[in-house]
Amino acid sequence: MVDILLPALGQTIYMSLVATFLAVVIGFMLAVVLLLTSKGGLKENLPIYTMLDVVINTLRSFPFIILMIILFPLTKFLIGKSIGTTAAIIPLTIGAAPFIARLIESALKEVDIGVVEAAKSFGASDFQIIFKVMCVEALPSIISAITLTLITVIGFSAMAGAVGGGGLGDVAIKYGYYRFQTDTMVYTVLILIALVQIVQSFGDYLYKITKK
Amino acid sequence: MINIKNLNKYYDTTQVLNNVSIDVHKGEIFAIVGHSGAGKSTLMRCINGLEDYSDGSLKVDEKEIKELSKENLREFRKNIGMIFQHFSLIQRKTVFENVALPMELWKYSKNEIEKKVKELLALVGLDAKSDSYPSALSGGQKQRVAIARALTLSPNILLSDEATSALDPNTTTSILNLLKTINEKLNITIVLVTHEMEVVKQIAQRALLLEHGNIIGLDETEELFLKPDDKMKAFLGETEVVPQKGINIKIYFPKDNVFQSLITKMARDLDMDFDIVWGKLEEINTHIVGNIVINIKKEQQEKVIHYIKKQNIVWEIL
Repeated sequence: MVDILLPALGQTIYMSLVATFLAVVIGFMLAVVLLLTSKGGLKENLPIYTMLDVVINTLRSFPFIILMIILFPLTKFLIGKSIGTTAAIIPLTIGAAPFIARLIESALKEVDIGVVEAAKSFGASDFQIIFKVMCVEALPSIISAITLTLITVIGFSAMAGAVGGGGLGDVAIKYGYYRFQTDTMVYTVLILIALVQIVQSFGDYLYKITKK
Repeated sequence: MINIKNLNKYYDTTQVLNNVSIDVHKGEIFAIVGHSGAGKSTLMRCINGLEDYSDGSLKVDEKEIKELSKENLREFRKNIGMIFQHFSLIQRKTVFENVALPMELWKYSKNEIEKKVKELLALVGLDAKSDSYPSALSGGQKQRVAIARALTLSPNILLSDEATSALDPNTTTSILNLLKTINEKLNITIVLVTHEMEVVKQIAQRALLLEHGNIIGLDETEELFLKPDDKMKAFLGETEVVPQKGINIKIYFPKDNVFQSLITKMARDLDMDFDIVWGKLEEINTHIVGNIVINIKKEQQEKVIHYIKKQNIVWEIL
């Protein structure tokens, strides 16, 4: 059983980490654009804001499994095939990016407006205000957002497994459900619980040491 | 130094500044006073371009703020430091890093930054707290850090937006003393916005009173408080409670006239008794100013007024 579970765990970690990493990169950029273009933002531009807002909300309303199926052509174009562990990274990323964009946007929005004003008062540029002031101040909240996203992606990745993505979700369905190997199913669930617990604890730890 | 002429500002259709004209001189401490919503913070934020104005002119060192490009405005702001009611420090940076931030953004060398920050932290009396985070500091200490930060780019002007409003009276006094020191030592012009009369009395050489965006008083602080007109009285919420019977005469004590034993001398010279029924003395800008109301009988009026007229003092019958 170990030689089934261990590679599956590896696949889950690989899918989740890579997808979360890409989602954070994309989501962060989206969050910055949202923040800049929002009403009262540093470069207010309501048409761009509204468009992004609609796109993000639309992507977030899709049930993940449907999103994955819709994205098959895109995945095939980017990776060369639409199923498999690496292929699952594409829908996972696209599913998670709008989610983390919103979380980072709200983390940045929570930065004390007085701090932003102070930065302006000593002549900081818009770029400096976002990266040298707001991001510094919002770092603990951004870490929490990434932790939350990673855990959500681990959950999504189990679904990806159901359509040929591999990983622990795949094992749970293939062995636990179709072949009635209850013990295998219990183990996968236990491993997932432990995984989520570790991620959350690590995230909390990082939050604690960055929060002053 | 700061020349404001016929400045108007509207938010949509509401006028928040109405035809404001003032000149702030180099090296002075100038107060903008008003109740909340009077437009005082808005007026101050126009000076460093954090707010724009609808029409009129605002020049700092002959530069019209509205005409500065975005880049020039950033450059221009190096010349104007600003401190805030809630300190606006970065919680995740140490005291040193907070003070160093403006210089870092303007790409000063590490050595320059280190030297300047140490110097300023010594000036505000926080050299020992260099590595602390803001959350470990008291309100007064946080404001000191903010003051140091506002001075890093060696500005000529310091704007203070309700900087002592969140502090207790003792801390307020110590911060005001620090501002005074900075004003004198570094020859920095200070414009401060406040709703606290005590702040104005303690530190400002001149004051502007704003109400609903209109100027209702602009004078040297002693003058404003010594003989407030009706608008000013309403503004301060001061009313005298004096007897209905007899004649009430109010005698003003401008700068330090308190010490001329006027009242007792008059009593002796005229061989007359009178009641002191109201009065107020206070320290404004290190001078004692105020007034006293005496109550006399109607038949004594002529004699007393004749005497007072000879003394060359300010007085009125209430």
